[in-house]
Amino acid sequence: MTYLTAIGGYFLMIKNVFRRPTKWSILKDLIFKEIEDLIYNSMGIVIFISFFVGGVVAIQTALNIDNPLIPKYLVGFATRQSVILEFAPTFTSIIMAGKMGSYITSSIGTMRVTEQIDALEVMGVNSINYLVLPKIIALMLYPFVVATSMFLGIVGGWAASVYGGYSNSADFIFGLQDEFIPFHVTYAFIKTILFAFILATIPSYHGYFMRGGALEVGKASTTAFVWTSIAIILVNYLTTQLLLG
Amino acid sequence: MIEVDNLRKSFGDTQVLKGITTTFESGKTNLIIGQSGSGKTVFLKSLLGLHTPDDGTISYSGKPYSEMDIDERVGLRQKIGMVFQGSALFDSMTVEENVMFPLRMFTKMSKSERQDRADMVLKRVNLVNAHKRFPAEISGGMQKRVAIARAIVNRPKYLFCDEPNSGLDPKTAIVIDNLVNEITKEFEITTVINTHDMNSVMEIGEKIVFLRKGLKEWEGSNKEIFKTDNEAVTDFVYSSDLFKKVRQMYIEERN
Ligand SMILES: Nc1ncnc2c1ncn2[C@@H]1O[C@H](COP(=O)(O)OP(=O)(O)O)[C@@H](O)[C@H]1O
Ligand SMILES: [Mg+2]
Repeated sequence: MTYLTAIGGYFLMIKNVFRRPTKWSILKDLIFKEIEDLIYNSMGIVIFISFFVGGVVAIQTALNIDNPLIPKYLVGFATRQSVILEFAPTFTSIIMAGKMGSYITSSIGTMRVTEQIDALEVMGVNSINYLVLPKIIALMLYPFVVATSMFLGIVGGWAASVYGGYSNSADFIFGLQDEFIPFHVTYAFIKTILFAFILATIPSYHGYFMRGGALEVGKASTTAFVWTSIAIILVNYLTTQLLLG
Repeated sequence: MIEVDNLRKSFGDTQVLKGITTTFESGKTNLIIGQSGSGKTVFLKSLLGLHTPDDGTISYSGKPYSEMDIDERVGLRQKIGMVFQGSALFDSMTVEENVMFPLRMFTKMSKSERQDRADMVLKRVNLVNAHKRFPAEISGGMQKRVAIARAIVNRPKYLFCDEPNSGLDPKTAIVIDNLVNEITKEFEITTVINTHDMNSVMEIGEKIVFLRKGLKEWEGSNKEIFKTDNEAVTDFVYSSDLFKKVRQMYIEERN
């Protein structure tokens, strides 16, 4: 029952995000600030993780190919498939559920407990629109983050294969191009856009509707991370079944 | 003028406001007093529409809030200034940006006009060299003054303050009380202040509503409050030793 009210509350919030919009001159500033906080400040960790996880995927694949009948270029092929299909969109999003999500929940939650949200409402501002819409718009750049992750994951795989002596550059690149299905990229970016919406809104919901003090802000961030991850995993399953199944 | 009729509000099973009726006139400083937990904040937030009452009506200049459409409500809100207990300044903005925020949001003023108005109200609350600082970098008393500046910058018709003196030293508290009182007179504002500070009651309490356990126990002026026989009120008023002694002297003098 409480889950149902929470889900209902979430969709009511989404509806209110698009009502009574904030003046454009103010909204614009908020969007730029969110792009910096959410997108720009996440690039470092995405670059780091993507490069090394791509490397690990390549090494693991190479080590599992004992059979001499299996061609070496498979390392490139497997790296491309796992990075584009799952690692870059889904794994990165789970990490972002922690990074962006806790930032969003704690910043909105702090505004709630210090009555800053009440202050906005008293002035006649639609606080849900003011706080959540800039995040949704900023996260429209999230596919760019995931594209970076795809690219660096593959570069990491290539570097690990070549410099670790698991494959040569020509084989790896042949594998990358082998049986390439463009729709897989489309599928990955469709997921990414849905994940971006989840990343912007579920942590906002947990921050906006929290009660209590500083301690509860911490708890809300943890809860938000759990539910954002669950939503990402479920949506991942559903889109995969619908688009590839 | 704000008229409150039979206002009720519960959270779950706990009744916080049990039917409150009173009137707040414009150009007057109205105080809501009562022990902490008596429902002052809930009362104020219900007036503002931050809590939806379970029953009763709240009318602004004769028009019930519940009958206003969304545009009327937004219009009314823009004529309201509120000073929250913890100041509620936007911590991502500087002092000056906080004060200019309502102007930026709701007026067509140019940047320099907004700047001038912010300078003016900040001077008014005696803050002259904190414009570029962030709320976290100034003292609690300064934050309160910024909150007042932000509340009055767009010339509100209604001003609400939730415990404006809490956490301030007595001297600053008096400065703030007098400031709010002056502004109320000058702009004919309807001002409602929550407080449990007896100094405020004596200084600026033109109309006082005493809340106890969710009910209006007593109402009157600061001239009357020291003479009432209502025990709950005298208990509250004379809760400090100093006031007990003053009352003792008053009674002795009378006999
Ligand atoms: N949002 C809320 N949910 C549940 N109970 C609340 C809420 N706000 C206030 N209360 C309860 O209402 C009572 C009155 O609170 P409040 O108005 O803050 O008192 P005061 O401001 O006079 O100190 C308290 O018992 C408080 O626990
Ligand atoms: Mg209170």
